[in-house]
Amino acid sequence: MSGPSTYVPKSGIARWIDTRLPLPRLMHDTMMTFPTPRNLNIWYTFGGILTFCLGVQIVTGIVLAMHFVPNANMAFDSVENGIMRDVNYGWLLRYIHSTGASMFFIAVYVHIFRGLYYGSYKAPRELLWILGVVIYILMMATAFFGYVLPWGQMSFWGATVITNFFSALDQIIPHLGTAISTWLWGGFAVGDATLNRFFSLHYLLPFIIAGVVGLHIWALHVPGNNNPLGIDVKGPQDTVPFHPYYTAKDAFYLCLFVLLFAGLVFYAPNLLSNPDNYTPANPLVTPPDIVPEWYLLPFYAMLRSVPQKLIGVLVLAGSLLTLVFIPWLDTSKARSCRFRPLMKQFFWLFAADCVLLGYIGAQSADASWTLGGVNVPLVWLARLGTLYYYGFFWAIMPLLGIFETPKPLPDSIAKSVLGAAAE
Amino acid sequence: MATTTSPEPTRRDFLYIATGTVAAVGAALAAWPFIDQMNPTSAVLALASIEADISQVALGQQVVFSWRGHPLFVRRRTPKEIAEARAVSLADLPDPVARNANLPDDAPATDANREIKPEWLVLVGVCTHLGCIPTVSTPQSPQGDYGGWLCHCHGSQYDTAGRIRKGPAPQNLAVPPYSFLSPTRLKIG
Repeated sequence: MSGPSTYVPKSGIARWIDTRLPLPRLMHDTMMTFPTPRNLNIWYTFGGILTFCLGVQIVTGIVLAMHFVPNANMAFDSVENGIMRDVNYGWLLRYIHSTGASMFFIAVYVHIFRGLYYGSYKAPRELLWILGVVIYILMMATAFFGYVLPWGQMSFWGATVITNFFSALDQIIPHLGTAISTWLWGGFAVGDATLNRFFSLHYLLPFIIAGVVGLHIWALHVPGNNNPLGIDVKGPQDTVPFHPYYTAKDAFYLCLFVLLFAGLVFYAPNLLSNPDNYTPANPLVTPPDIVPEWYLLPFYAMLRSVPQKLIGVLVLAGSLLTLVFIPWLDTSKARSCRFRPLMKQFFWLFAADCVLLGYIGAQSADASWTLGGVNVPLVWLARLGTLYYYGFFWAIMPLLGIFETPKPLPDSIAKSVLGAAAE
Repeated sequence: MATTTSPEPTRRDFLYIATGTVAAVGAALAAWPFIDQMNPTSAVLALASIEADISQVALGQQVVFSWRGHPLFVRRRTPKEIAEARAVSLADLPDPVARNANLPDDAPATDANREIKPEWLVLVGVCTHLGCIPTVSTPQSPQGDYGGWLCHCHGSQYDTAGRIRKGPAPQNLAVPPYSFLSPTRLKIG
């Protein structure tokens, strides 16, 4: 943790514990006195919100696992009949869990885009950012495994399509990809064995995520928080203690977040899910339009934009791998987009690009738009979007750092926040 | 403990390397059961072949059987569909290999190499892109431009011999090992 510990045991028992296992000291230093920049805005409250989401998913998930039956003949019934109708409050627990997944991703996307906007990935926070990418990928894997469990049509065919990504390796070494797919399935197709192992992994991964979150917070507490100005903390005048300032701020925005969460759970629990998943899995019929959950749509659009299997899968994998390199792709001296007039515009264009890709990912493969009397196949827009996704990170980020002149940075956080009073 | 450096390998060096090797091999051996348990069980592998009665299949119709958890297409082709498939030049095929389990691996993807009897096309109904089930094309409800199948997931199109013609799928639809037990009875697998 940054700086020497300020913990003073207040009782004999506390002192006894502190000399044997300094856990109270750790909690005190990380959650009470931790010096935090005084200018953090609403977008910095999503770290706490994400921790809350992980907790909600683990608690509701453990309870749901008590009623779920991981068997291809019984899974759908155990969810739609058992949990949704028979188990006391089962409907509530399941809707919290399924809506919770979406809320988790809403929060993580805000968190990621906040990091991109304020340059939170830049030195000395590279490992902090990479751990975040690891958590994000683990989240996607966990969500995917969880989506398979109700064993509806989308569960089954989603599992089929995603696991078939590996069969693309056949194009590098013949039969390797098929061998991997068969190994993942435990059969010649997605089936009972697949469901069982996905259940096991779905139960395991959240605890791995919790472990990586621990590392993420550890890596955060070495350099401390970045802030909207993107300049370093220069002294105690730039910070406030985490408690009560940010515990209160985090709690307030958490309440607003939970309001939205509860609104979805109680009034629109199926808004973000696909009605086809209320049809039991049928290995002999693919639904006419299979789409992943909303949070994976931009990546799905990139996959579909490539008319070649192996390259499509590589483009998809590369779009995630790219995130790891961002700390070194951004060559600018200024962290925050607040002082980068050009980067700010490219950033918002990138955000719009992700939304566009997400929209295209939800449409059928051969859909098109009519723009000014011209028929534009959406796959071409997806290609443009994919190009910009890669271009933003691999061309614009490194070049802009060289050619853009950032606006002058303020002297200190305190001066920027308090003006002359800081003198 | 005092350590001495000697240019010659010592007994200690030998023990160090030997122990490390045994530990590494032991770890690999111990890991294998944990990896191999994921592979199909003997019960799954024992899934025997199926027999299919095709006496009721009308000309131009496709019926679907279930084989090893996958759909199995049996399509009774019209003379027009056969002629279309035979008219295609090999150079126009993205995948020039027959993918027929009853023929050598390198058999060319001519229409004749895709079936046993021209009228009967027997295929594993799994798109070779990402595993969706393609929709059959009929004159009443055409799917794609090649008269065979269209996969709605990502837009791959197959012709009337089940060969990939357009879209992201890399291979022709697979022809399973099968034989005719009688003119109206198939054995698959």
